[in-house]
Amino acid sequence: MFTLLVAGCGEVWNDPYPSAERSANTLYAAFVQRPKHLDPVQSYTTDEALFTRQVYEPPLQYHYLKRPYELIPLTAVEIPKAREIQGGKFTVYEIRIKPGIQYQPHPAFVAANHELDSGKIKKLKTPYDLPLGSRELVAADYVYQIKRLAHPRLHSPIFGLMAEYIVGLGAYAEKLKKLDAPGWIDLRQHALEGVEEVDRYTYRVTLKGRYPQFVYWLAMPFFSPMPWEAEKFFEQAGMEPRNFGLDWWPVGTGAYMLTEHDPNARMVLTRNPNYRGMPYPAEGEPADAEAGLLKDAGKTMPFVDRVVFTREKESVPYWNKFLQGYYDNAGISAENFDQAIRVAVDGASEPSPEMVERGIELSTAVDATIFYFGFNMKDPVVGGMSERARKLRQAVSIAVDMEEYLSIFANGRGIVAHSPIPPGIFGRHEGAGGINPVTHVWRDGREQRRPIAEAKKLLAEAGYPEGRDTKTGAPLVLYFDTTARGPGDKARLDWWRKQFDKLSIQLEVRETDWNRFQEKIRKGTQQVYGLGWSADYPDPENFLFLLHGPQARADGAGANSSNYASPEFDALFERMKNMPSSAERQKLIDRMVEIARRDAPWVFGFHPKAYTLRHQWLANAKPNDMAGNTLQYLRVDPEKRAALRREWNRPVLWPLGLIVLALIASAVPAFISYRRRERMAARPAA
Amino acid sequence: MLAYIVRRVLYAIPILVGVNLITFVLFFVVNTPDDMARMHLGAKRVTPEAIDKWKQERGYDKDLLWNEKAAGAGKFTDTIFFDKSLKLFALDFGRAEDKRDIAHEIRTRMGPSLALAIPVFLVGLAVNITFALLMAFFRATYLDFWGVVLCVAMMSISTLFYIIGGQYIASKIWHLVPISGYDGGLDAAKFVILPVLIGVVSGIGSGSRWYRTIFLEEMGRDYVRTARAKGLAESVVLFRHVLKNAMIPILTGAVVVIPLLFMGSLLAESFFGIPGLGSYTIDAIQAQDFAVVRSMVFIGSVLYIVGLLLTDLSYTLVDPRIRLE
Repeated sequence: MFTLLVAGCGEVWNDPYPSAERSANTLYAAFVQRPKHLDPVQSYTTDEALFTRQVYEPPLQYHYLKRPYELIPLTAVEIPKAREIQGGKFTVYEIRIKPGIQYQPHPAFVAANHELDSGKIKKLKTPYDLPLGSRELVAADYVYQIKRLAHPRLHSPIFGLMAEYIVGLGAYAEKLKKLDAPGWIDLRQHALEGVEEVDRYTYRVTLKGRYPQFVYWLAMPFFSPMPWEAEKFFEQAGMEPRNFGLDWWPVGTGAYMLTEHDPNARMVLTRNPNYRGMPYPAEGEPADAEAGLLKDAGKTMPFVDRVVFTREKESVPYWNKFLQGYYDNAGISAENFDQAIRVAVDGASEPSPEMVERGIELSTAVDATIFYFGFNMKDPVVGGMSERARKLRQAVSIAVDMEEYLSIFANGRGIVAHSPIPPGIFGRHEGAGGINPVTHVWRDGREQRRPIAEAKKLLAEAGYPEGRDTKTGAPLVLYFDTTARGPGDKARLDWWRKQFDKLSIQLEVRETDWNRFQEKIRKGTQQVYGLGWSADYPDPENFLFLLHGPQARADGAGANSSNYASPEFDALFERMKNMPSSAERQKLIDRMVEIARRDAPWVFGFHPKAYTLRHQWLANAKPNDMAGNTLQYLRVDPEKRAALRREWNRPVLWPLGLIVLALIASAVPAFISYRRRERMAARPAA
Repeated sequence: MLAYIVRRVLYAIPILVGVNLITFVLFFVVNTPDDMARMHLGAKRVTPEAIDKWKQERGYDKDLLWNEKAAGAGKFTDTIFFDKSLKLFALDFGRAEDKRDIAHEIRTRMGPSLALAIPVFLVGLAVNITFALLMAFFRATYLDFWGVVLCVAMMSISTLFYIIGGQYIASKIWHLVPISGYDGGLDAAKFVILPVLIGVVSGIGSGSRWYRTIFLEEMGRDYVRTARAKGLAESVVLFRHVLKNAMIPILTGAVVVIPLLFMGSLLAESFFGIPGLGSYTIDAIQAQDFAVVRSMVFIGSVLYIVGLLLTDLSYTLVDPRIRLE
């Protein structure tokens, strides 16, 4: 039976894909988490962006190859310029989109599909079973989507932020709330003061005051176009029980359309036949040409016809399927790191000999992310702006050896942070000028952590010589709130204790679950804690706001979890946040960073480095933390892949024969024993 | 018999209410509606207004078990517990917290779960009974001794080890089957061969030992001695008489799990990428999706009760001495 079943698999038996697909121009990848929302008004996570960014097209995008990240037009004709009116009281952005862009084929564009009976809907396997249509992208679709940010039945994570800036958005939400009733709300019938359609291809957004970062938001799916027909189509009775809705079936103008949606097992993106095609970039970083990343310059994208995402919840099958050639690229989990990567004496990482033998290549890039370890500035011991508390925090900042942490717990995948700003973001300095002088010195052409003696000196100056309070003589005990739990995290927690132990400070670890941890942060009852932040957009404002006083978490719902409040820092932030990137802005940022280093509300932690492996048949892969629409740039060589898969996965059959022989051999003594027993004249006495 | 069935069904109602209450209390001891909202709204840019809106939309803005402000019966009925529990008894599972229809998900995922669970159950039953019969047949010989040793060894190994070891050997080293994944229709076969094999092998130890005990107990009875005294071959005694009479305790264990096959396997489905109900339950627990968790616990309880009822009914079929009053 087994032989019969696998006989249909041809030369390769362990191929998880149908044999007919073997030479198809398809990209194979995995996804781990079920996407929760594919509606661009709600979708915010990287897992979801994997799908939404291939389908939806906001007006702007990031250049695929250039670094630092550069905004370029996507559907817009050009990057919109800010125009201040009424003496800077308002800022107007006028966005002109390219004419002639068509939507993907979709049933929403066929009027007859807007009045389906529930019996017909019940029989549908996918919305694509219905007659399909399309139409041209117009400015009104962008206007419609911005209105959706305020929709009473949708939860846009950026509504609160945008309501602060887009004129009339808050009031619009109130108005829609009153109008809300079951069924479709036609937002075209309700004007939004700050967003208007100028002509068929132009729309205008009016903001309160200045907000230069708004153009970055225009590169995010929140500002993608939404055809009203799609909303109306999916609002029909009977759609929801079939799990048909914008949260699951995106409708866009991008290079791909989602044609198979099974978040439990498989998601398939197929080339959008109406896509206009985009030229592959001809410019990039200096090293890109050498890396072969400019070979396809000028060629029309996308290169791949289909992208098949398979859900892999466990790392073991994910990794092995990658090694077998069934995924074209993969990340590296901690347990596979040693097999995949060889770290040279100088710390450089390269693929291990086993990977090299298979032609697997490695890409690394520091993420626009920071993991930091913060002090609660409202805490009576570690918080506050007194010299005593500041020196205590500085001492801890020196003692916590992030280099060692990265080496032990992250396989060296990260760089030590010296400020909140990660590489690739305006405002950051590299080299000697970029180190945190409180914790490091620049010696022999590289950064070196200050010796522990200096930390001890600072601690003594703070009033805790040898970790004891000079006033009371009591040992200094600090509390570290963390979500780490269980035996798997013991080593990490022991490491933390060891760091504080260097200063004779006793560290009590308060382990809790994520919900309780969040609650403590909200209430401001934590003392020392760890958190992370990934950039929404490549601007220093998106990191420095994490230390902005008015955004203290304990006083509201801000992102400043340390509740740090420095009047000077806050004043500089207010000036810096609305400035274009310039020398003057750099000066302000430098001063802010200097203040943050001095006050040390965070141990600046690290910026993680993403390691991605790819097979030799996958071209044009370059990590890009900002651009999400990256799949169209990738090219695969299906013939080469098929040949290598065959070579790597030839079935080994002799063990099956051996097992059969072993079973027969083990049956022989039983058979002999049976025969002997049956031939006995009488049963032996028990 | 009908009266018996009706009585058992009525008994089931308080049990299900109790199970539902325990699930509710356990879930909300560790999660508040605010926690659930935060989990679903994400970690970035979540405002208190968004949390309130999320709770209000899903009915989590009410009191948990007792509404002090309401009047009369409303004190009990105008609560999250009553609101969420009552519909379960009408098999209206509602929507998951991500707004996907739970009934639709269950219908979709039942197939993959059964594709794995039924072969494991049937093949496992056959293999375990065969192996147990062989051990009983060769009782008190070295074959029996080493068979028991093997069973104990197999029982002592974690299921996870079987899974990872099986994937490593059968897929990574021998390249015989896909390491994980799933496809519908006949294509499912190549994906379920390995998990079925692992499911069967990992169950041999405990299953065979259990059945061996049953067979040995049965072989000590008077009718077996009589059969032997009549000069019947040992194989005839074993397969025609002992096996038939041992069916009652075997049925006890087997029939009760048949309905639960629908629930799928938590571990195997995750590791083999099979999009079944076991995997669904694990995802829901991790995502703090109370709607799915309570639905799956409720269905599990109903199926277990059905299984016990079927077991009782099956007694009457295999043992004419038993009558249900």
